[in-house]
Amino acid sequence: MIDWLALSVALPLLGAVATVALPRFAVPLGLAAALPTVWAALMVMVLVADQGVQVSALGGWGAPLGILLRADGLAAALLGMANLVALAVSLYAPGYFRGSVLEARFWPLWMLLWAALNGLFLAGDLFNLYVTLELLGLAAAGLGALTGQRAAVEANLRYLLVGLLGSMTYLLGVSLIYTALGTLDLEQAARELRAGPVAWVSFALMTGGLILKSALFPMHFWLPPAHANAPAPVSAALSALVVKAAFYLVLRLWLELFGPVVGASAALLLGLLGAAAVIWGAWRALRAERLKLLAAYSTVAQLGYLFLFFPLLAELPAGTARTELLGAAVLLALTHGFAKASLFLCAGLLQKAAGHDRIDELSAATQALPVVTLGVALAGVALIGLPPSGTFTAKWMLLTAAIDLGQWPWVPVIMAGTLLAAAYVFRVLGHAFASAPRHGDAPPIDPRGCPGANAIGLALQLPGLMLALVAVLALGMTAEPLWDLLASTTDPSEAAP
Amino acid sequence: MTAHLIYAAAGLALVVLGAWSFLVHAPLLRKLVALNVMGAGVFHLLISVGYRGLDAPPDPVPHALVLTGIVVAVSATALAVAFGQRLEGSAGEQDRD
Repeated sequence: MIDWLALSVALPLLGAVATVALPRFAVPLGLAAALPTVWAALMVMVLVADQGVQVSALGGWGAPLGILLRADGLAAALLGMANLVALAVSLYAPGYFRGSVLEARFWPLWMLLWAALNGLFLAGDLFNLYVTLELLGLAAAGLGALTGQRAAVEANLRYLLVGLLGSMTYLLGVSLIYTALGTLDLEQAARELRAGPVAWVSFALMTGGLILKSALFPMHFWLPPAHANAPAPVSAALSALVVKAAFYLVLRLWLELFGPVVGASAALLLGLLGAAAVIWGAWRALRAERLKLLAAYSTVAQLGYLFLFFPLLAELPAGTARTELLGAAVLLALTHGFAKASLFLCAGLLQKAAGHDRIDELSAATQALPVVTLGVALAGVALIGLPPSGTFTAKWMLLTAAIDLGQWPWVPVIMAGTLLAAAYVFRVLGHAFASAPRHGDAPPIDPRGCPGANAIGLALQLPGLMLALVAVLALGMTAEPLWDLLASTTDPSEAAP
Repeated sequence: MTAHLIYAAAGLALVVLGAWSFLVHAPLLRKLVALNVMGAGVFHLLISVGYRGLDAPPDPVPHALVLTGIVVAVSATALAVAFGQRLEGSAGEQDRD
């Protein structure tokens, strides 16, 4: 039997080595590793959907010294999303970087990032989570600074240092867990952990470290410059996948380890920070002058929504309502992954066509590239949460749960965040329909006068559009199987009577 | 018994010192040294956890963690130094312009 779990980590790693060794053939080698990686990840998803939790002990060595890969519903759902987005990025990158030295330099770090991402989703113990988290952070910082421009290097140095502080704090929490419980395996630790100082302190250390990495308000300061200054395919991967990986860890640790023992007040704190992120991120996105900065601030806001689920999940007893709400949280994370990647890929093309990404001067570029503008519009639909996108379903369930549980204060936050999101999306789209410049002395808007647009072929425009279509149509209309997949998620509160 | 408690307490003290210095000081090299001191503190703590008395062999799991952690810390420091060098280089270019 083929070990798809191990393959989905090993294949991109092999790709990374191959593209370092033969930079001249980086693009074909990278694509040759990317396609089977996506296949392996999708096979993991199918296996989990069919047979439940999958476990693989690498080299036949079990816990505690061996490395155990484990895929449950939650891991499989994020793995599937991450690999589809990564496939689109891989197809987009060769065209985007064509003719520059970055064409070859992109691939080794990108494949390493991909391997770390798959490893993180599949890691079954606290220490492998640490290692994959560090690998992810190093690869992400390197990729973000790929252009070598001063602003990009500065932003990514800050990201690297913040990330290191975050993972050191996380490791301190892990060592506390090991001291108290004598195990690093998530399942074993979950059985042994009791409410008390050890649980609280390790929760504070580990979640605190991860919050730094997932850019939850007020720890989001490093994200907008780092994501806005990276090349478009890299921004897409950073914003859609890398911060999502840190959120996935917070959620997983909460569900399996800390949720039952640290109580509702910690969840309330996470929810309050999330609420602040929703408002502040959306407001800054509305005020942003550059399209990629807008997209980066929108990530801060959308991550905030994900943290709003914690206080509601903490109130719900195990049962259908809780499972449904957890599904909504995952659906929101998946939809945002597809939509934000699509927005960054499309923004990169507009930037290429216009030579800049100042929103107020993008009219000609948006009109010269209608397919790209359609992608931006569809991604915007998913970011606002208009039907039929997956975000709509998820936000609807979030609102319903908040009202059912009597937690009214979240409702206006969700409403205000949605309104602001609509405002910043329409602010961009408005320029696609402008026929006259905003100022009398500016040159008239002429799509044919956008010199860079002709060089952008349809093949380069399609990945972004496909991702937006998945976010709006596939995840909106046919999200039902997600809940079946999540049924095999490890949630100890369900096993408890 | 007390010896390894002292060791663990020293580790925690190093973590706090490192974190404090990281947050307070702006220059890149000081931040990096601070992060490494903090890392050394965490590793200290992990080594003292592995101690099981003079007669028994130490617990291998924390040792594996420390070894991996050192590798990660070295690579991260190297990357940060490379970034810093790049920044200094580009500052020089701007001066020449």
